Amino acid sequence: MSMKLPSDGAGFPSGESALSGARSTEGIGARLPKSDGGVKADGSGLYADDLSFPRMLHAKFLRSPHAHARIRNVDVSKALAHPGVVATLVGSELPARYGVIPWTHDEQALATDKVRFIGDEVACVAALDERTAEEACRLIEVDYEVLPKVLTPEDALAHPEVKVNEKAKDGNITKHVHLEFGPVDEAIAKAASIARQTYRYAGSTHAPIEPHCAVARVDADGNLTLWSSTQIPHYVQREVSRVLGIPQSKLRVIQPLLGGAFGGKSDPFSLEFCACKLALKTGRPVKILFTREEVFYAHRGRHPMTMDVTVALDGDGRIAAVDDKILIDGGAYASFGMITAYYAGQLLTGPYRFGTYRFDSFRMYTNKPPCGPKRGHGSVQPRFAFEVALDEAGEKLGLDPMEVRRRNFIGEEVDTVNGQRITSNGFLKCLELVEQASGWKERRGKLGRGRGLGVAGSMYISGTAYPVYPNEMPQSGVLVKLDRSGRVTVYSGASDIGQGVNTLLCQIAAEELGCDARNVTVVAADTDLTPVDLGAYSSRVTFMNGQAAREACQKLAEKLRAAGGSTFAEACQKAEAAEGAPLAATGGYRTVKLGGNYRGGTIGASPAYSFTAHVAEVEVDEETGIWRVHRIWAAHDCGKALNPTLVEGQIEGSVYMGAAEAHMEEMVYDQRGLLFGPSLLDYRIPTTVDTPALDAYIVESNDKNGPYGAKEAGEGPLHPAIPAIANAIYDACGIRIRELPFYPQRVLKLLRERDARRDALAAQEKGQGRVA
Amino acid sequence: MMTLPSVEVLRPRTVAEAVEALAAHQGARVLAGGTDIVPNLKYGMYETQHLVALRGLSSELRYLREEQGELRIGALCTIDELAENSLLREKLPALAEACAGIAGPQLRRMGTLGGNLCLDTRCVYINQSHFWRSALGFCLKKDGTVCHVVAGGKRCVAAASNDSAPVLLSYDASVKLVSPRGERVVKLRDFYLADGVHNTVVERDELLVEVRIPRGTSSLKQAFYKLRTRAAIDFPALNLAVAIRVSSGRAESIALSVSALAARPAIIKGLDDLIGKPADARLAEELGRRAHKQCKPLTNIGTDPEWRRDILPVLVRRTTLRALGLS
Repeated sequence: MSMKLPSDGAGFPSGESALSGARSTEGIGARLPKSDGGVKADGSGLYADDLSFPRMLHAKFLRSPHAHARIRNVDVSKALAHPGVVATLVGSELPARYGVIPWTHDEQALATDKVRFIGDEVACVAALDERTAEEACRLIEVDYEVLPKVLTPEDALAHPEVKVNEKAKDGNITKHVHLEFGPVDEAIAKAASIARQTYRYAGSTHAPIEPHCAVARVDADGNLTLWSSTQIPHYVQREVSRVLGIPQSKLRVIQPLLGGAFGGKSDPFSLEFCACKLALKTGRPVKILFTREEVFYAHRGRHPMTMDVTVALDGDGRIAAVDDKILIDGGAYASFGMITAYYAGQLLTGPYRFGTYRFDSFRMYTNKPPCGPKRGHGSVQPRFAFEVALDEAGEKLGLDPMEVRRRNFIGEEVDTVNGQRITSNGFLKCLELVEQASGWKERRGKLGRGRGLGVAGSMYISGTAYPVYPNEMPQSGVLVKLDRSGRVTVYSGASDIGQGVNTLLCQIAAEELGCDARNVTVVAADTDLTPVDLGAYSSRVTFMNGQAAREACQKLAEKLRAAGGSTFAEACQKAEAAEGAPLAATGGYRTVKLGGNYRGGTIGASPAYSFTAHVAEVEVDEETGIWRVHRIWAAHDCGKALNPTLVEGQIEGSVYMGAAEAHMEEMVYDQRGLLFGPSLLDYRIPTTVDTPALDAYIVESNDKNGPYGAKEAGEGPLHPAIPAIANAIYDACGIRIRELPFYPQRVLKLLRERDARRDALAAQEKGQGRVA
Repeated sequence: MMTLPSVEVLRPRTVAEAVEALAAHQGARVLAGGTDIVPNLKYGMYETQHLVALRGLSSELRYLREEQGELRIGALCTIDELAENSLLREKLPALAEACAGIAGPQLRRMGTLGGNLCLDTRCVYINQSHFWRSALGFCLKKDGTVCHVVAGGKRCVAAASNDSAPVLLSYDASVKLVSPRGERVVKLRDFYLADGVHNTVVERDELLVEVRIPRGTSSLKQAFYKLRTRAAIDFPALNLAVAIRVSSGRAESIALSVSALAARPAIIKGLDDLIGKPADARLAEELGRRAHKQCKPLTNIGTDPEWRRDILPVLVRRTTLRALGLS
């Protein structure tokens, strides 16, 4: 096969007819640079905050200084009278409740009767500039009646009479899930080795570099356009139209270039409702840009969890039982919390076979900023606890951490204990790669004092089986149009939040049509122009949107093939002539029925699961407790790397984020419920110089359900980082750290306890020796 | 984003004009690199109406020269030019290292040595937005009456967080201050105050224009250590600077300074009995013990104060050993 032509819009080898075996070198598997990489690097990309319109107003929020209070009255008259103020907004103007999950509509754009955390939005002011709006907010008079508050899930359980959120049917419980698969207690009673401990996972937040921003504008026909830094344009369109009482068809939601999301932009947020309402109210464009502090209050980050975990192994080191009791601190609103309560248990049942399994999870409302989905939603915390417990239980049987994982491998084309169907599974290969790369066999135990290796594995979903609102329509849709110039335009509803789906769409078009990937325009995430995609969550985008794009392109490829032509453009022209109409095709993706046959059995059911293994090498300074990660080797089974560079980037970014949570990230609150230091100075995320060496390895298991065999790569690779580090710390110095973050003071305390134990043991032996 | 209050920016061209401007405008504040004052203005920490911008003074105050045996550094030298200066790295490695550890590359490029020495003290309860402080109930430094660090405290104990100060203290450096009334040279050890209101002796119409490092500083055995959670863009959880003059293997002079505790950097006192002792591991150990006794970290910084105190002897020992070339 000859080389692809460099230009002229044609990926066709000269002299060959269209698609007669020609394959673009920019198709599947190519290391194509990210399509938005250049504009992000040179600053020319337009984020929501870069948008500006004539007569545009800027709006700011007044927020609650109380963790829990009844609102007796809100008086905006002084704010309205402030020079430069154009309009104000209070809760009674937007009273409808909303939420990303239709069963838990428990939020309001602005509080009407009650505030539920410090930072909850109370009123909004639109003015000629941000400063004026901010000043005017301080002139609003709110009469609060301060209420008793609950700040921990334990307190929330103990004090059902302190009702945080009226949506809760029972006390402060957002959701309680209890599921049991097989006789767990029986299996534990017969076990050869049991590891039973309590683990605590601190809450952390996403910290995307771009703060949330929304710009709303009404046109002459009364149509409303909302530009928002969201990862769920479709759900935002649904919720905003419902709350504002305007038809969905009159509201257009556009997601501009996005500066990071990680799950922190997958809820509808107050600023979207308020920008739209204020635009309608004033007839002028309105922009709301969160400060960094406000991003912390919007939160939706990782749920703090307390986990009582039992892992029981039989005499052969096989997992006989896993019992997990999980208390989840949810914050003031549900967000995806109903799902979190399920994910915390449902996603643990691979890559190992569980003999029996039980989990019991409570997701509680508390008077703090709401938690939600952060990269690895719901499953990062239990995975940490489980992988440490597995090491511990294995050690009691004298099993090497690699061996205990290998021995429990669940296999391919198999059902998990909770009824999920695993198709492809490259976990063993992942394990083998990191074992070799890290020199596990040769180096472990020989690294010297304070240095050690740890391993962990994990599993994650490639999208979920159902949309959040039940319907039979496709979960993802794509429309592809061919121009007679040879230009291909892909209209896709999917949100590129940095994972690179827009680049992959170019590659899929190049692969199927044989065109040059650089001649593909992607029009994305615009509810007027693009078919619906449900949003960038649950690692579903490339998997589902990729299938939809592939289907649409294949329909067109057939027509091009039939038409013939020596260049791509010529093929398009011939095909269009034959068609007698412009060339376009659509594709859609819908999951088949999946999941266990029990209540909640579909939650966590995915058409394909990804698998990951990490080895971490750490060094612990035993005099100070300060530790650092030297290197993490991470192997991830993504099914098929549609673009290996992007997959490696996702692996590296995930490992970084996991290591960051192990190291330093925590949402800390004081006794008032006030978030400690809501800034990137006080809430520290690691910088490049804090980041360990990361080695990413791709494993391809070619899943039958994924596009070209692909599975997810954006969230799974985060999970093992934390337990791998914890297990490496144990290998380095013999302490089991069970609480995140692994602050040096915690490590030092455990080291001293270890020394005290050793001293006591030595004294005891000495004493016994004397008697003998 | 966070907005700035509206202020008038005055742009003097000479030191004389600058101090006249300070004298003429009540409450005026100095704007050098802006890396400290700009975020603090956004936090609403000051009621300033006027900023005296020093950019026009660059040609006057951006120098490094030897005079009368002293090294004199103009106050507008940027942190990055000091961190990267090859002479400094060779002769005054502790100072160069302290500068290199400040913030990140962009901020080092803007920040100045004078600005770092005059850095406002920091506290987790004050360097926050107006909204956050309102939810807290404010504090005695601004808008409130109570201290959230020391129960019943009447003086602000926000922490001296400048990285260059402990090193320059260990060098026994001085600073030159200019006002319309003339100029004066003040030893850095007399420069910092802890009266709860003022952090330095700088009068409202005075400008810090120069840092003077005594003759012979380059022959001191010296080292600096900054304890912090992350390796860049982080204020210190503790700063240590050690400078020891060694002659025939014995300590001739010993200076140990610790900051990020309370309002001013601590100079560890009562070391005279160690003069003449061998400059060895035992000395390092002993310095650790003394520092541990005299330093009481507070909750003004987010990092656990008990742990900071706990590991202080280890950090002092290691820093001393490094200074002595024994680590």
